[in-house]
Amino acid sequence: MAPPAQSQRSQSPSQPSGKSEVSDLKHQLRQLAGSRAPGVDDSKRELFKKVISYMTIGIDVSSLFGEMVMCSATSDIVLKKMCYLYVGNYAKVNPDLALLTINFLQRDCHDEDPMIRGLALRSLCSLRVANLVEYLVGPLGSGLKDSNSYVRTVAVVGVLKLYHISASTCVDADFPSMLKHLMLNDSDTQIVANCLSALQEIWSAEASTSEEAAREREALISKPFIYYLLNRIKEFSEWAQCLVLELVTKYVPSDSSEIFDIMNLLEDRLQHANGAVVLATVKVFLQLTLSMTDVHQQVYERIKAPLLTLVSSGSPEQSYAVLSHLHLLVMRAPYVFSSDYKHFYCQYNEPSYVKRLKLEMLTAVANESNTYEIVTELCEYAANVDIPIARESIRAVGKIALQQYDVNAIVDRLLQFLEMEKDYVTAEALVLVKDLLRKYPQWSHDCIAVVGNISSKNVQEPKAKAALIWMLGEYSQDMQDAPYILESLVENWDEEHSAEVRLHLLTAVMKCFFKRPPETQSALGAALAAGIGDFHQDVHDRALFYYRILRYNVSVAERVVNPPKQAVSVFADTQSSEIKDRIFDEFNSLSVLYQKPSYMFTDKEHRGPLEFADELGNLSIGEAAHNVISSQRVEENDKDLLLTTAEKEETRGSSNNGSVYAVPYDSSTSVFASQTQIESAISNPTTAGHSQHASFGIDDLLGLGMPAVPDVASPPQLKLNTKAALDPNAFQQKWRQLPVALSQELSLSPQAVAALTVPQALLRHMQSHSIHCIASGGQSPNFKFFFFAQKYEEPSNYLVECIINTTSAKAQVKIKADNQSTSQAFSTLFELALSKFGTP
Amino acid sequence: MISQFFVLSQRGDNIVFHRGEVPKGSAEIFFRKVKFWKQDGQEEAPPIFNVDGVNYFHVKVVGLFFVATTRVNVSPSLVLELLQRVARVIKDYLGVLSEDSFRKNFVLVYELLDEVIDFGYVQTTSTEVLKSYVFNEPIVVDAARLQPLGPGAIFMQGNKRMPGTAITKSVVANEPGGRKREEIFVDIIEKISVTFSSSGYILTSEIDGTIQMKSYLTGNPEIRLALNEDLSIGRGGGSVYDYGSSYGAGAVILDDCNFHESVRLDSFDMDRTLALVPPDGEFPVMNYRMTQEFKPPFHINCLIEEAGHLKAEVVLKIRAEFPSNITANMVVIEMPLPKYTTRASFELEPGAVGQRTDFKEANKKLEWDLKKIVGGFEHTLRAKLTFSQESHGNITKEAGPVSMTFTIPMYNASRLQVKYLQIAKKSSSYNPYRWVRYVTQANSYVARI
Repeated sequence: MAPPAQSQRSQSPSQPSGKSEVSDLKHQLRQLAGSRAPGVDDSKRELFKKVISYMTIGIDVSSLFGEMVMCSATSDIVLKKMCYLYVGNYAKVNPDLALLTINFLQRDCHDEDPMIRGLALRSLCSLRVANLVEYLVGPLGSGLKDSNSYVRTVAVVGVLKLYHISASTCVDADFPSMLKHLMLNDSDTQIVANCLSALQEIWSAEASTSEEAAREREALISKPFIYYLLNRIKEFSEWAQCLVLELVTKYVPSDSSEIFDIMNLLEDRLQHANGAVVLATVKVFLQLTLSMTDVHQQVYERIKAPLLTLVSSGSPEQSYAVLSHLHLLVMRAPYVFSSDYKHFYCQYNEPSYVKRLKLEMLTAVANESNTYEIVTELCEYAANVDIPIARESIRAVGKIALQQYDVNAIVDRLLQFLEMEKDYVTAEALVLVKDLLRKYPQWSHDCIAVVGNISSKNVQEPKAKAALIWMLGEYSQDMQDAPYILESLVENWDEEHSAEVRLHLLTAVMKCFFKRPPETQSALGAALAAGIGDFHQDVHDRALFYYRILRYNVSVAERVVNPPKQAVSVFADTQSSEIKDRIFDEFNSLSVLYQKPSYMFTDKEHRGPLEFADELGNLSIGEAAHNVISSQRVEENDKDLLLTTAEKEETRGSSNNGSVYAVPYDSSTSVFASQTQIESAISNPTTAGHSQHASFGIDDLLGLGMPAVPDVASPPQLKLNTKAALDPNAFQQKWRQLPVALSQELSLSPQAVAALTVPQALLRHMQSHSIHCIASGGQSPNFKFFFFAQKYEEPSNYLVECIINTTSAKAQVKIKADNQSTSQAFSTLFELALSKFGTP
Repeated sequence: MISQFFVLSQRGDNIVFHRGEVPKGSAEIFFRKVKFWKQDGQEEAPPIFNVDGVNYFHVKVVGLFFVATTRVNVSPSLVLELLQRVARVIKDYLGVLSEDSFRKNFVLVYELLDEVIDFGYVQTTSTEVLKSYVFNEPIVVDAARLQPLGPGAIFMQGNKRMPGTAITKSVVANEPGGRKREEIFVDIIEKISVTFSSSGYILTSEIDGTIQMKSYLTGNPEIRLALNEDLSIGRGGGSVYDYGSSYGAGAVILDDCNFHESVRLDSFDMDRTLALVPPDGEFPVMNYRMTQEFKPPFHINCLIEEAGHLKAEVVLKIRAEFPSNITANMVVIEMPLPKYTTRASFELEPGAVGQRTDFKEANKKLEWDLKKIVGGFEHTLRAKLTFSQESHGNITKEAGPVSMTFTIPMYNASRLQVKYLQIAKKSSSYNPYRWVRYVTQANSYVARI
């Protein structure tokens, strides 16, 4: 039994020191110890309670140890339990007492009463004194064989405790195989569940050093064992059901009829009142049907109602957890939920953490048919008393506008926001109007008319002010007062505390100068002077740069500072589809709540049992490390979801000479790596994740086993080096550093699937196409390969991760390349090579 | 999987602390984080967050924080559900959940926790099962003074029809008189959410219901609960908000529902009967959700108009649209006023009793409390507002929406009913008390202006 925490606060002088009380207690306990008078147990209970309450508030009662143990020579369980609580607390800190305790507990492990045997065994295993583990082996061994199920239940967890104190003692005593025997034979399902938990932990930890343990761990997801559990799922407690269901998600059924059997069997689990059971079942359904597009869609439809019921029936905390998962699903399949948008309307009294999620969902499900109603609802929240939510709602309106539905009407609403004359509403709306203009320059006329009416004095927030200034610079030809407003802003240079605003002011004055030189000249001079004298390094540098480039050549300066801009078609997404897929794989875990994969917030050893991510040695770990860096960067760069203008201009800058930065070799250049990633997200908005369903659908429609012919115009011929060489370490390093250039899903021909019964055949085949394998692994039906190739007569590498599922006859391919511009060409080659696999 | 479990009071005092591999001081780290989540204090900490690799989960129950920590990437809904369930089990034992009852019974609470969680793995949360492992007797605290737990608590005030203290009675403790009273409570608790548009029509409405059971029957007899025969579940195709559906007026149509483990649905499809052997303790037999159109219990009418320079008048009308034999309790109406409101003077209808009005200066909110509203009656409040600045002619955009909370005993909006509650008889003289009670509460009841 766990000790209550030692009180943190020191004893105040007014509190009793406890000394006299303790000696008093000692005296009383001694008197009772030998007594056999009727009712003596009741008096003992009172005393024991006192002792424990002293212990809880931090008074040292360890001197009563002997008396406590003596008084516990009784069959009264309440006394025993209190005594265990007491000894458990002091044995750990006092080694002298520990040995005494062990003797006392060992004796109780042979008591007639199974409750006492169980309790004593649990206390014994909880002592966690490393040098006394040999005393645990005997009692644990007999505990596992005890005729009483309570004792066995306790013993199983005891084995796990022993393993954590001394793994070798536990393994040497052959406890794992005893647990395995119990797991397969015991009639008590709680014992089966405890064995499963314990063995998952033990075998996962042992798997790296012991092949047998690795095999045993694999056997947990073998068909006979999974069926053994599934067939009695309803006998397990609701918590043990969650454990079993999580295991089932790892199981790969051999064909679709098996998948349907499992789903039919688990169907009623979706009606369980316990949200944990429902979510675990949902995960099974989603994972099983991943490669069956139609069924996968049906699963979304099926799980919608139970999840929505959980959201509204549980505590706000539980609805938050369930909503986070719904949010993930909504982001993946907005169309499935688009008719349910009213469920995501915020309720008046919901906590803001729930409202935020709902706002994101409303943004995600907005489409042609519901945008009008959703935006109307969001506009109601904009006037809300809850200011953070009001702001969030306005941003949501902006995001919907950027999705291109009903832009016309939304622009009107945003402009109405500007007229509401609430500071925070104006501020948020300005930022949005700026982003809208970057995407839809055609609206500039309407917007500028309204923005021109806003007094810059009423705009205080840096982001909003920067947005306003950017618009003044960008549209100075259309805004009558632009030069004068900018001039007055320059005059108040010293009062402007935000460097971001001052930077934007410099650029805006420059732009205005190119368009309306006579009116702006004096403001420009003042701005440059103030900028050069600015204490902020970036502001100083930019001002100096502008000054020098103007002196060098005004028209060059104009080309640099104010080039013609193209409308932004898609703003950068904060998360790569790779990360999103990982989060989806970790459905029903904290990853979904934090919206990051587990490696970003958890040490490896805590990722949970049966983590198979590292099948290919440390390759995938390396990859994980890479993602940590880049995604954090993305986050830093991009807190607002949308890039700010300055950042975007930088991004474009790097794309002009992208090839220089595309191959970062050390961490100092990793900033650029993340930018390239953003870029690839911009230029390839539909790669990977999103388009998967679409491509599935087409393949199925055509009913062809062969990969579709790539419809891109034939790329420049790419020749590969037939004798390419790359050592595994270099591969790992590159895999870590490079962003994913291309990610796609290919179909395999039936012949290829057949040929894959010998995976080595694929290696030889690809090699004949100058694509070399560096690592491979997996078991039917799931295989994973890492390939590389080199460009002929150039040290430019292509790296490929290829995951093949032979059941679905699909290959998931991720390509990384030193030189991004040729990755499409390489991908075509790779696809071609793969399509020929299995053909004679 | 779970490293620690602890219960904190609202002030951050440690009440119960169970085991830990996570570094010491996690309770302090947790409390500081929750207390100062956002600088402005406007936002509540989410129930789950991560500090230095340690994940903190918490649920708030009657002002107490039930917290679990772990470093493992566990299922969040599992841990939150567990915390809620631990609170429920402790409540089953102690009768009431409060700081006081915790302190008086901490040895018992430790004993319970030891059987619920072993080495971080959940063993059981069934009060029924725990009874055979847990031996300390609860020390029952005086329930009358304490804030009760859960929606069933609304029955606590007690009246002729139901014993007030029943729901705060420990499941295990013996009555002072010796023998336990044989009784069973079935509560149909509905939380309704309605949003009215400014023109008074219903924008969205939903009922979230629970059939809650608490059994004090010995020997666990089987129970059959019969619901409306015309009850149907799942709305086929199309939008669930399809109000103009062609279903008959009498039928009760649930969007979806779920059931407690112990419920057998063998004959549910045929005669809408739930069969179960209720375990000890309090538990939801069935949760359901309904978006079928229903008659909202209250009609809200709000008018706000300028009345001269720097002045405006608000007229609020509430009409109870339920039969006169039913009375709503604890009605509170709130309305945010324009930020530049400096004063509000109220005028209640003549002869008003049990009504209270207030202008909350700090957040510029109007509050109107009514102890009770009898079905069929209408109440009006007039408020004269004084402003510190000119309104921009768009006063309705600066005020509202009107929100309302209330409790209506013996009323349910969905018309879902327990037609009968049958207890398998042990002998002809066995006739335990059965209480079937209905209550409707406002969840989010909002009228835009």
